[in-house]
Amino acid sequence: MKAAEKFGFRVLETRVIDLENFDGRLLRYVHRHEKSFITCLSCGGCTATCSAGNLIEFNVRRIGLLLRRGETEGLEREIDKCMLCGKCQLVCPRGINLRNVIMLIKKGIVKFKNGTPEKVEL
Amino acid sequence: MKSVVIIGGGVAGIETASALSDFGHNVVLVEKTDSIGGKVLKWDHLFPDLKSASELENYLDIKCREGNFAIQKNTTIAQASQSNGKWMLRTDNNRVIETDAIVVATGYEVFDASRKEEYGYNIYDNVITSVDLEERLKSGKTITTRAGYLPEKIGIIHCVGSRDEKSGNHYCSKVCCITGVKQSIELHKLLPEAEIYCFYMDLRMYGQYYEELYREAQEMHKIQFIRGRLSEVSENIDKRLLIKAEDTLSGRPLKMSVDLLVLLVGMEPGKGTKSMAGICGLETGKDGFLKTSDMHFGNNKTGKKGIFLAGSCIGPMSINDTISNARSAALEVHNYLQTK
Repeated sequence: MKAAEKFGFRVLETRVIDLENFDGRLLRYVHRHEKSFITCLSCGGCTATCSAGNLIEFNVRRIGLLLRRGETEGLEREIDKCMLCGKCQLVCPRGINLRNVIMLIKKGIVKFKNGTPEKVEL
Repeated sequence: MKSVVIIGGGVAGIETASALSDFGHNVVLVEKTDSIGGKVLKWDHLFPDLKSASELENYLDIKCREGNFAIQKNTTIAQASQSNGKWMLRTDNNRVIETDAIVVATGYEVFDASRKEEYGYNIYDNVITSVDLEERLKSGKTITTRAGYLPEKIGIIHCVGSRDEKSGNHYCSKVCCITGVKQSIELHKLLPEAEIYCFYMDLRMYGQYYEELYREAQEMHKIQFIRGRLSEVSENIDKRLLIKAEDTLSGRPLKMSVDLLVLLVGMEPGKGTKSMAGICGLETGKDGFLKTSDMHFGNNKTGKKGIFLAGSCIGPMSINDTISNARSAALEVHNYLQTK
């Protein structure tokens, strides 16, 4: 028996981020239209200063992270919490236009939901 | 006998001057202020071995006293021109020095923390920089708040003026992470009751024994490291500071009041470095520091024949790296003078 098996190494399918079956349409769409988005450091400055996040459960950094991992389920509802105040942009050390990122996610969700042919749009 | 002028009397300048005079060259060290030693004179202890900075001071002092080179203080270079393979340097007091080679060792300047207004330096009473803290430690006085109380909670903020688009500095200043670790240990030794928190984006323990010091900070000094960038600071009525960050590892916003906030300020090219770039027509890199002709094989050479670079005018550098870099500059200059 290999040591790893004895250790009980097992992958629970439901808990894992599956980068192999990755629906990257929304992510590619955001990257295409907002180049700065790719430079995120996940420092959390945006979340710390977020007007919405100070009042309710909302993490703007996590939105970007979930998008990058293809975890787009539930994103639509989550993103509506953003008030587009832009404070996140003021503190971002990478100068990411987060307001545009949020708007692009909103647009992209609608686009791909309505079955718009992706290859034309991108 | 060939001559060399070294511009800048900090660690890099003194080390280069000493090594080149040992090689038998005629060396003049030019320093703009009235004292030799540079910024390290303000430091208390050095990382990662917590050596007293006075040991380094003594080392440099001996080099200056016993070295066979001339020192010109209160002197700035105003002009440089080249003729017949020689450089002519005109000083601000209108003297002309003729030389075979020049070593630029003009160093760095500390990032001005008041440029990051949201962190409250020069606005709130109890926000200080790592350089201020170093001076206070050196003075031997008790570390207190402005009102004279012993701080119970201390925040240390990494990456102030480094890796920050808003400060105009995209680069990492390299030495601040380990400075933060060192200063957190020193603070804990002086104030054993205090809780100390470091806020970081990435901890870069790049040098030998840096990781060990980080581990010591955790094990022996109970320093807490929180992965999140400070977004802003506000002052409470009792002069304590409310700081906001995200604890990115738990994914939740974090607020905390501290009595003292230390900003780990980064390095920028010094005024002298910028001025020498203009005077000698030296190229600068993306980060604004002076560009060497090749970062692997010619890290002390420039595009100008006879002009060499040493120390942190090339980029952010620790003291031990600076000493090595200065020695390599001396060898590069020596080889150049041999073929001249």
